[in-house]
Amino acid sequence: MSALSLRGIHKSFGANTILKGVSLEAEPGEFIALVGPSGCGKSTLLRILAGLETADGGEIVAANQDITRLKAAERNIAMVFQSYALYPHLTAAQNIAVPLLMRRLTRAQRLPIIGPLMPGRGKAIAEIKHDVGNMAASLKIEHLLDRKPGQMSGGQRQRVALGRAMVRQPAIFLMDEPLSNLDANLRVHARGEIVDLHRRAGVPTLYVTHDQAEALSMADRVAVMIGGALLQLSPPHVIYDDPQHVEVAKFIGQPRINLLPSQIEAGSTVAIGDVRCALQDRTPSSGTSITLGVRPEFVRIARGGDTGLPARIDRVEFLGSEIIVHSRLDAVGEAMIAKVSPAEGAGLAPGMPIRLHVQGEHILVFGADGARLPVTRLTSSMVRETVHG
Amino acid sequence: MAEIAASSRLITHSPSRTTDQGEAATAWLLSMPAIVLIVVFILLPVAAVIVLGFTDFELGYAGFKFVGFDNYAELLTDRTFKRSLWNTAVYTSLVTPVSVFLALGLAIMIEKESIGRSFFRTAYFLPVASLLVAMATVWQYLFHPTIGPINAMLAEIGIQGPNWLGASSTVLYGLSIIGVWQSVGFNLVLFLAGLTSIPRELYAAAEVDGARSGWDRFRLVTWPMLGPTTLFVTTISIINSVKVFETVKTLTEGGPNKASEVLLFSIYQEGFVYLRVGYASAMTVVFLTILVVLMFIQYRIQDRQVHYT
Repeated sequence: MSALSLRGIHKSFGANTILKGVSLEAEPGEFIALVGPSGCGKSTLLRILAGLETADGGEIVAANQDITRLKAAERNIAMVFQSYALYPHLTAAQNIAVPLLMRRLTRAQRLPIIGPLMPGRGKAIAEIKHDVGNMAASLKIEHLLDRKPGQMSGGQRQRVALGRAMVRQPAIFLMDEPLSNLDANLRVHARGEIVDLHRRAGVPTLYVTHDQAEALSMADRVAVMIGGALLQLSPPHVIYDDPQHVEVAKFIGQPRINLLPSQIEAGSTVAIGDVRCALQDRTPSSGTSITLGVRPEFVRIARGGDTGLPARIDRVEFLGSEIIVHSRLDAVGEAMIAKVSPAEGAGLAPGMPIRLHVQGEHILVFGADGARLPVTRLTSSMVRETVHG
Repeated sequence: MAEIAASSRLITHSPSRTTDQGEAATAWLLSMPAIVLIVVFILLPVAAVIVLGFTDFELGYAGFKFVGFDNYAELLTDRTFKRSLWNTAVYTSLVTPVSVFLALGLAIMIEKESIGRSFFRTAYFLPVASLLVAMATVWQYLFHPTIGPINAMLAEIGIQGPNWLGASSTVLYGLSIIGVWQSVGFNLVLFLAGLTSIPRELYAAAEVDGARSGWDRFRLVTWPMLGPTTLFVTTISIINSVKVFETVKTLTEGGPNKASEVLLFSIYQEGFVYLRVGYASAMTVVFLTILVVLMFIQYRIQDRQVHYT
């Protein structure tokens, strides 16, 4: 049984289609990062899930209950907003108490003036105070409880927003880029904290971000959304090593994956430099255009010799533990990026002619529609056999 | 050595001193037009009114003498003045809350409207832009006891309409309706501006937090976030109500039987009809004091309560 499932969610604003049938299943206690470039529809998906937008099609099932038609207030889903959206006129304690007040007090008990006279209110308020206190203690924000949002730093506001979302122990937890308003140092620190909180609470979490480092480092599984479609939902290392779509490969990885346009050659093989691979599916005819992808760390640089792809260095970036070498292939003029160790990259300078060697087992082949084509690497004896035999 | 140090200090400091002086002079020069205008057009007239309030000056008579607090003593026993103070208070306490809350309600409704929004905004703003004196004739017709459409409509549902502006028991209510009609559009535009500045995410947060009904979201987000706007609108409305004059002058002349005698109308009568400038000035001082107190209260509340950042 999954904790949450989205089935074929469609959404368009006017003629603009934002979501093209997104389906997703979250296991109990799972942390899923929804990552994609801005405008890919990830925030819209989150808002639909929260009940702030209605989907044009599809259904949402949470804990075996169809919640597609429920209002936001009726869903047991909490959300942390990018701007935190704290109520500026309320103190931190009051902010955290709002979801409890709304749920535990009756409408009559919440009325101004006469509300306090309603029976049972005092007891409920005391319980709420107690719960807010516990929440604050677990987030270590007791000292902030009497402050208003205007008197807090970004990091403090973010904690209060987390507290407000977690205090009512929701069935599902949504976060919309909660770290994007923090400075770089605080962000890395806050990442660890959120993962920690998630582990303790065990509530399935959907975390929207455009920052792939956040997604890869925090999530159990990463969902890559591009152009309103969910292209792949896999654990971080699978997303990186084994992307099923060229867009996923392009989006994930820093520096970006090298992509070279190419064609299927005789015997359903593809070649890059002196490396040749055979397509497992032999139906596409030769001449069909494909894209070859190689991650920068699998490109080796040689300063001479006659094997490998001849190229010329454009730019060298020194990053301390590694060196990023931007070069351009002599033959086709395509840009190639290589990530090498400082020892290997020492002495490289712009304008230098080099030879690039691709590590064959790490070549990714994508078809014209962007889908991944499985390949097997061929040894030189097999090459003769396949191509000429 | 000491001399060198001293002289070098002189050298380093003297340019900055002249710059400071130069800056100060420029600052005075730049603010001079504003200062002159404020003194000539605001402070001097107010001072003149205060001084005249202590005299028996009457327009047309040469010379005047200081009479101390005689004018103010007379005000205390002046039944017309007391009546006008009371009427102004009643008028203000009717017009201000109705025009503020009506404007707030309308603004919230119009805000939700996407197509007709600018039309409604313009329509409600028309009374503000139109000339009240000219529109008063329209109201005179509307309120007419026999041919007026208001009483005709009341008759349709079986209610005998009153002689709105002609009976001392209803004249203040009639004037209040006109007052509300006139000020609601202005308040509405201010509330619309206030509403658009509320971050949308706060409403989203309120929904997620369990604010089911529109009332819950109003209480949790709209009302507190509109605090500064509401305070401003309320103050402006009170001040404008206290200053009611045109409708009284054009429609009722303070009547019948001084039932619509208001502060500004009394001042006008004393100053421009009976030409008792000294006495009218004393009234004006009272009037100004009321306004200053109201503004002072507004700023105190604003500083304490409605500033969130």
